[in-house]
Amino acid sequence: MNGFGYLRPGTLQEAAEAYAAHPGARYLAGGTNLVDLVKLGVEQPTVLIDVGRLPLDTIEELPDGSLRAGATVRNSDLAADPRVRDRWPALSQALLSGASAQLRNVATTGGNLLQRTRCPYFQDLDKPCNKREPGSGCGARDGVHRDHAVLGHSARCIATHPSDMAVALAALDAQVELYGPEGTRRLPVADFHRLPGEHPERDTWIRPGELITAVLLPAATAGVPSAYRKARDRASYAFALASVAVALRVADGIVDQVGIAFGGLAHRPWRARHTELALLGAPATPDAFEGAVALELAHAEPLRDNAYKVSLARNLALDVLNRLAPATATA
Amino acid sequence: MTSASHHSEVTLRVNGKPHTLRVDNRRVLLDLLREDLDLTGSKKGCDHGQCGACTVLADGRRVNSCLLLAVTLDGSEITTVEGLGGDGEEPHPLQRAFLDRDAFQCGYCTPGQLCSAVGLLAEAAAGHPSHVTDPAAPSGRPVPLDRTEIRERMSGNLCRCGAYPRIVGAIEDVIE
Amino acid sequence: MTGTTGTALGAPAERREGRQKVTGAARYAAEYTLPGRAHAWPVPAAIAHGRVTSVDTSAALALPGVLAVLTPGDAPRLAEPEDHTLALLQNPKVPHRGWCVALAVADTLETARAAARAVRVHYAPEPHDVTLVPGHPDAYEPEEAGGQPGRLEQGDPAAAYAAAEVRLDVTYRVPPLHNHPMEPHASTAHWDGDRLTVYTSSQGGSTVRSVLAGMFELPEDHVTAVTEHVGGGFGSKGTPRPDVVLAALAARRTGRPVTVAYPRRHLPTTVGHRAPTVQRLRLGARPDGRLTALLHEVTTHTSRVREFVEQAALPSRVMYATPALLSTHRVTALDVPSPSWMRAPGEAPGMYALESAMDELADALGIDPVELRLRNEPDREPGSGKPFSSRSLVACLREGARRFDWDGRDPRPGTRREGPWLTGTGVAAATYPAAAQPSAAAARALPDGTFTIRINATDIGTGARTVLAQIAADTLGAPLDRVRVEIGHSDLPYAWLAGGSMGTASWGWPVHDACAELASRLAAHPGPLPAEGIETRADTTGKADADSPYAKHAFGAHFAEVAVDTVTGELRVRRLLGVYAAGRILNARTARSQFTGAMVMGLGMALTEHSTLDPAFGDFPEADLASYHVPVHADVPDIEAHWIEEDDPHLNPMGSKGIGEIGIVGTAAALGNAVHHATGIRFRELPLTPDRILAGLLSEG
Repeated sequence: MNGFGYLRPGTLQEAAEAYAAHPGARYLAGGTNLVDLVKLGVEQPTVLIDVGRLPLDTIEELPDGSLRAGATVRNSDLAADPRVRDRWPALSQALLSGASAQLRNVATTGGNLLQRTRCPYFQDLDKPCNKREPGSGCGARDGVHRDHAVLGHSARCIATHPSDMAVALAALDAQVELYGPEGTRRLPVADFHRLPGEHPERDTWIRPGELITAVLLPAATAGVPSAYRKARDRASYAFALASVAVALRVADGIVDQVGIAFGGLAHRPWRARHTELALLGAPATPDAFEGAVALELAHAEPLRDNAYKVSLARNLALDVLNRLAPATATA
Repeated sequence: MTSASHHSEVTLRVNGKPHTLRVDNRRVLLDLLREDLDLTGSKKGCDHGQCGACTVLADGRRVNSCLLLAVTLDGSEITTVEGLGGDGEEPHPLQRAFLDRDAFQCGYCTPGQLCSAVGLLAEAAAGHPSHVTDPAAPSGRPVPLDRTEIRERMSGNLCRCGAYPRIVGAIEDVIE
Repeated sequence: MTGTTGTALGAPAERREGRQKVTGAARYAAEYTLPGRAHAWPVPAAIAHGRVTSVDTSAALALPGVLAVLTPGDAPRLAEPEDHTLALLQNPKVPHRGWCVALAVADTLETARAAARAVRVHYAPEPHDVTLVPGHPDAYEPEEAGGQPGRLEQGDPAAAYAAAEVRLDVTYRVPPLHNHPMEPHASTAHWDGDRLTVYTSSQGGSTVRSVLAGMFELPEDHVTAVTEHVGGGFGSKGTPRPDVVLAALAARRTGRPVTVAYPRRHLPTTVGHRAPTVQRLRLGARPDGRLTALLHEVTTHTSRVREFVEQAALPSRVMYATPALLSTHRVTALDVPSPSWMRAPGEAPGMYALESAMDELADALGIDPVELRLRNEPDREPGSGKPFSSRSLVACLREGARRFDWDGRDPRPGTRREGPWLTGTGVAAATYPAAAQPSAAAARALPDGTFTIRINATDIGTGARTVLAQIAADTLGAPLDRVRVEIGHSDLPYAWLAGGSMGTASWGWPVHDACAELASRLAAHPGPLPAEGIETRADTTGKADADSPYAKHAFGAHFAEVAVDTVTGELRVRRLLGVYAAGRILNARTARSQFTGAMVMGLGMALTEHSTLDPAFGDFPEADLASYHVPVHADVPDIEAHWIEEDDPHLNPMGSKGIGEIGIVGTAAALGNAVHHATGIRFRELPLTPDRILAGLLSEG
């Protein structure tokens, strides 16, 4: 309660060992969300294990044409990387539409994925929240929830995941690389975050003690036209009401590659598989886009005060799809 | 690795001067500056990275000092508003421009605006794009700063007195 | 006729404390790092109504570095204050969520925060009601609203409205809003025996001193209040707030200097908010646009701690000629945090509703909205029947229209498309009362040819030091750089607070009077001055507050251009122009900053600022600056402010009207009217966020 220990391991292995040795420990990288939550009392670590200086701060091209961004690469550096800007522009755009320059200078790739919801009930220790305190209830469901989820929520939790970056990564088929006591494994970013279900206290599929070491952008989406668009309550420095990342390749008027993910709608970046399935092999026309996006959003279950998100997400997706489709297809 | 006590020793250079302190691990850079070093120019507006009043430069980059645990900054070089002008009597050109443009009223966000503007100029020169930079603009080259760019890049610094247009004007003055 | 004739007044003199502010040298209330200074952290009530049954402080007190935990049972006793929001830790009642129920004091900020969290408070909750609805069974008509009668009725408004050829009946809503000055409310207090010194973030140190003296039962001269630099207030620091009382209590308990710097998240429930309003406007008019009836009925809330009425119906008593007028307030005391002043209380939400309704009437009549206002210009103040000391609304509207190129405007709504954008322009008028309050000042001439002006004014960002120096220099006929100004300390002569757009008028008046007398004493003084110089004093009691046969108000006109994104419902402001008539402008530089700054706050009110009273929990979920959206740089375009000089002899010796608030007054309506012009849709609830705009576009489209 009153304070915490601080450890700065020199290697991944030391970090994992320190985690195992200290119940209640948390990994700390940029800290832009964790320190915030510690101050609020939402997080009460016994020990912070500072992984911010581990040698995970490089962006490197792999022989297969993919790009490996280390977990402690700062959001501003990832957004400015010429390879990211040129080949996976949706990622750069998503990063730059999030937070402020000051925060992006500190926030890390790994930390961004692990940031927690900004639901006000989650942040207020005096209010019920199943995510913060399982079984205590959900203050938002009958409360103020204009910013909350319309897809995939549960009776226990209607929170949204706040990241912009993760939405772009999901659409771009990126993978997250995890290091843990049982070795290294990879998960698609699109499957990294969970739906709340019965256990909203668990945001992701990361295992206790595991550490994000990198994010991999695959060669398969390199150079595919992509873009990110976000709607928010003010012109900058605000979380998404809704957002969309789209990667779209059209050949001869036919969609031959597509990845779409929504932000601000769910407990995780929402990969629009129904839309993608409908579009693959279909003509890249406004009508086709409209029908395909509707298929996805038909699954939305808006709450009392957030039905607008469905129309907003639809408009955002159609706008970006039509923009990315070659002019001949949209004419 | 250091010990798991609740306090740690850190050494920082602040405005060119080295300081070695034993800090509570909970102490953030902002409180270290204000409480331990009596450098109260950096302001606490929200304590949660939501207003920018605490902006300082850490190793040359603008950061929210309220969200950085001091213990993590061992060896860092910090510049606060008190250090912008260097050793001389003359203020930094941005400080002068803020005075000329009346780019503040209550003054509470001002140190953060100034440090943020210094960081902004360096970022644009280094080719960092912003949300409003044309995605087709060439990577790795300095980004020209028009008013739209300045506004977007300064959006992490709130000003409740509404001095925004004048702050943008002051930054433009320095660019010219 | 004005009493100052020199050249300093009106000049764009640079802020006197500017250099301190840009170098970080200016110290604010929490930055007085006195030896042994401790920090205190408040514990907010976690229920909306009920009482504290017990407080378990053991875990908190067990933390190393904790000095004390003050609770309702054991805090030092205070004399009952007039403002019950300051009766802190005196009894176990919880009147609203967020009410302070304990205060942890510790060596460091971190430990104080941890200790506050470790305090276990047990409650006996009672049912609560925080929801404002028109027709609430407990609603009543207050006797007073903003110092005026709560109800004003002239002619037979209901009958006149029923008989009107053209009728408009609309309801506008403004949500709760938060002042959120950049410096959170903070005070540092220390006791020396039975003498109390506080460094406090307040708009008025003289009031802080008298209130603390009363509550701690001390002679006034045993209390010192220092308000050297204040990081904004916008009304929320108008009178002492809990921070200064808690700091004094904690310092008394611990025997150490104590700082209470409120966490940002506590401010919405602690320091006052703009109360939400539901405003029904009924306008009756002739086809030529002349009003025949104006009915403005305001529903709002107050807390159970004290009555505060957001006086939103008052501007209807000032603006337009009408033979039948109804201007009323109905207020319900709910279990809500206490509302208070926020920049242009009453006028800002009231003029949003009235000026939006006027735009709707113009639309219904097919009359240009500028022209409609010109046709309803009154000869005398409608509410009082008094003549105006000066009223230049017509000139403001005309000048604004010229500058904005209004005459070329196509009035048809929803017809200007640029790709996905719909664009439009709007206009609204603004008004704010011009008044002054008694204050005192001293002026001293020294043998070295310099002058010292002393007055307990407060500079919350207006540039008080600078403009008072200008007033003194002109009155004395002395160069500006020979005048020193001392403000922000309660040992200085008593002064009114920085609020109600009355600061400069209230302070400048005795400064002028003292300087005028000093000038004549100097003229009559032969030879060199004595070492201590010559001092004169002036007190405007009985003068500044004298009844006037005139109605005194500043006026203005706002013009706005917006673009609405039909994809997202996002709104961008392209242009914002204000033209004001506020008597004589005393410092062109700082005045422009105040006008444009208030317009930015009006932009926030229109576009981004939104708070909600949570029916289940009784507080505002939008408690921080990530969820309560103050406008950022990217929201704000270039803003133009201009003014028309008025020569008004009925105001004060400077001939000035206050300028701190009028800039917000018409801004929201001008923007809302522009959104209607852009989209063809009339949105009647603020703010104009994408969810609302998009829903409107989809239902209309």
